[in-house]
Amino acid sequence: MLPAQLTAGQFHAYPPKARQLAVDNVALLQSLPLGFVPFLLKEIILYDWKFPAEQWELNKQLAYLAGLSDEQRQAEMARFAKLRLSPRLEAFDWVNSPGQFLEMLSAHLWATHQTDEFRAASEKYVHKFYASLERPKLPAPRLGIVALGRGVAESRYLLFRKLRRNGVYFNNVNALNGLETLLETVKARAAKYPEPYGHWSIQGGAKMTAPGVTCVSYEEMTPVRRTLTEKMRAAYESPNFNPEILRTMLARMEPQSLGMTGPDRDGTLDRFQLSLLTEGSGTQIYSTTFVQWAAREALRRAQPLTVFARYTPRQKERPMNELLSGTGRTAATDPEGSLIDGDMGAYYTWLNQQRLPGADESRFLVWFEGHSEAVAIAPKLKSNTSDTRAIHMAELLETLA
Amino acid sequence: MPRRFRGEPSTAREVAHAISRSRREFLRQATGAVAAGTLLHPYPLSALALPRVRKAVVVTFGGGARDDETFAPDGQENIPHMLAELAPRSTFFTQVINRGILGHYVATASLATGVYETFNNFAKVSPDHPTVFEYFRKDLKRPSTDAWVIAPSNGFNRIGESAYRGYGPGFGAGVILPKRLLAAALAGGGEADFNHLLRDNYESSSFSPVVGGNDIELKTLSDIFQLSVADFVAHAKSLASPDELSVYIARQLMHRLAPSLLWITLHDIDVAHSGAFSLYLDGIRRSDRLCAEIWRTIQSEPEYAGKTTMFILPDFGRDSDTSAGGNGFQHHRTGDATSRTTWMMALGAGIRENTIVDRPIESTDLVPTLGSLLGFSPNLSQGKPLPEVL
Ligand SMILES: [Zn+2]
Repeated sequence: MLPAQLTAGQFHAYPPKARQLAVDNVALLQSLPLGFVPFLLKEIILYDWKFPAEQWELNKQLAYLAGLSDEQRQAEMARFAKLRLSPRLEAFDWVNSPGQFLEMLSAHLWATHQTDEFRAASEKYVHKFYASLERPKLPAPRLGIVALGRGVAESRYLLFRKLRRNGVYFNNVNALNGLETLLETVKARAAKYPEPYGHWSIQGGAKMTAPGVTCVSYEEMTPVRRTLTEKMRAAYESPNFNPEILRTMLARMEPQSLGMTGPDRDGTLDRFQLSLLTEGSGTQIYSTTFVQWAAREALRRAQPLTVFARYTPRQKERPMNELLSGTGRTAATDPEGSLIDGDMGAYYTWLNQQRLPGADESRFLVWFEGHSEAVAIAPKLKSNTSDTRAIHMAELLETLA
Repeated sequence: MPRRFRGEPSTAREVAHAISRSRREFLRQATGAVAAGTLLHPYPLSALALPRVRKAVVVTFGGGARDDETFAPDGQENIPHMLAELAPRSTFFTQVINRGILGHYVATASLATGVYETFNNFAKVSPDHPTVFEYFRKDLKRPSTDAWVIAPSNGFNRIGESAYRGYGPGFGAGVILPKRLLAAALAGGGEADFNHLLRDNYESSSFSPVVGGNDIELKTLSDIFQLSVADFVAHAKSLASPDELSVYIARQLMHRLAPSLLWITLHDIDVAHSGAFSLYLDGIRRSDRLCAEIWRTIQSEPEYAGKTTMFILPDFGRDSDTSAGGNGFQHHRTGDATSRTTWMMALGAGIRENTIVDRPIESTDLVPTLGSLLGFSPNLSQGKPLPEVL
């Protein structure tokens, strides 16, 4: 089927808000090429569970496309329309399974050497759309905070090597009450600038939260992770295992099937957490990967004002000789490795924050938890400098102002 | 998702150029190397006075390593052996572009055929075009014991020969899958514990099926390596990773059979897909050490010393930190310049030392270059022989 043949009735299996949105835009969808429509549908079908920032952008994108004249729209879509697709893709049920369609499309584009053209076309489209977008002013500059290195007494790794180049390196921070001060800061911002999903706490260990703060914790999700890994293991051990079946299984998983049930649950957050485990790679086994990926996804999707991410030691990767000899069976952790994971993760968190609107005003703080090293990045702080004075966490936060 | 990032080079070409420049400058500083392009006569040492190359060892890294973690300043600490021991002896190509599909099996098959293969990376198929092993054996009438591949995972078991008419069965290389050998050797012995070790690849997800082993593999152990199962397992127990096992087997193979064409694919680095940066760095350090170990084996084995050319290259790169669609080092999904651009080191017999080549070359150029060195004709390859190493 091609988009021109779409009808409003075909969206009957969509969740309520998604269905309404698709039906309202059916004329627009009919006018777009097959190399493009499923990208929109993949977003639309999840509309009911999206964060406000995502819903806002999707509405804007549909309005942007609808606002173009037929001629402009055709010009805008020309490169997508020119992609050589296949009968198999055309025959696929891309209305109800847009995500799966996109996986197939991606494989097809790679195999037919159209990936570069496709990427160039999407970049151009996205760029143009964002350039047209007028955003409301943020109530306050964004703030990203990362604490890492718990459990490490001493390290010879050159910490913050990438972040130092963008801010001030402090090496005489007084660690007393550091963590509490950071949490207080998050709490105060959530109270002052209340916004749904506007303030996040992402924890490798137990929950650390406050009113108005959205909290995700690796430790808290242990039962969910266990159930999921059991299901994945069963899929792997099945005689008809193949990676595509597994991907489909993961894509269709519902929060309830992993025990995320109960009366007061937040469906949007449940689905977000589930997606961290089903779409992320390594998030099921390493807390450091989980924290990095959760921060990335929270920033990308919810576009929050505040993110506080804290790394804790992940489980150790057991070397081959240990596995073979059957020793070291206890679930040991790897604090030194986790420090290095967290260091790179903090850099990625900063990069992801810088991709959001208001990047010129954003603030960022990374701290070697319990130690004297930190890097602060803010518009008024000079890049690639250091500051050796003795400083408390509260004062350090003030330097960001 | 406004994807504007300050300071990001704006075009793929700029990124590739920046990559090349940073490598070149660093290498020159580190080794005092000469750029081939600056010599009066571009290739003054061609063939003439050099010993005839009779053997080649190719080492690829499945799970490319980025510049950031290798030749760029932040990465230098991870590759002490390549920098101090190997780079000064090598002709170093700073820009090897892979225009094919960035999945490990299909990309390694493309390296081995000299054609960008297009099959599904996860399919259990032979390459569509003749492999370097088939050209080598057919043209030079070599026995099956003269060409071997040591590959990391079950998915690579058909890389030794293509399905191409006139080549294919009977002309390919023997393929050894060390993890499969190990699985066979351990058969019945608490397999569950080894899931983790024997995982097939990191790409498809965080777990993978256990690679099955059988009696043929055990026969390989005793026939080729003259090793008992007990000795093999005992030795495996002293090694920290699957790549160490691969290199151990390579050394056995070199010592017993001395194949003229040996292809080793390392894969530990691909643990990066798990998202743990420190494990990825550990993988790079290990590969660095293992490459030096292979080089030293070449020097110490009389069948190889002085008549062997070694090539070291990642199959491709990994995503850049600034590609919005990726997650930096973790994957190779975006197809951006960083994920497509890598390097190659050639060293040993017939190779000019301490030389840097900046012009872009392609992954598919390796097979024709091996053809020129060893004297066979890879007719169907899309690449071109590299004059800088001939
Ligand atoms: Zn990989």
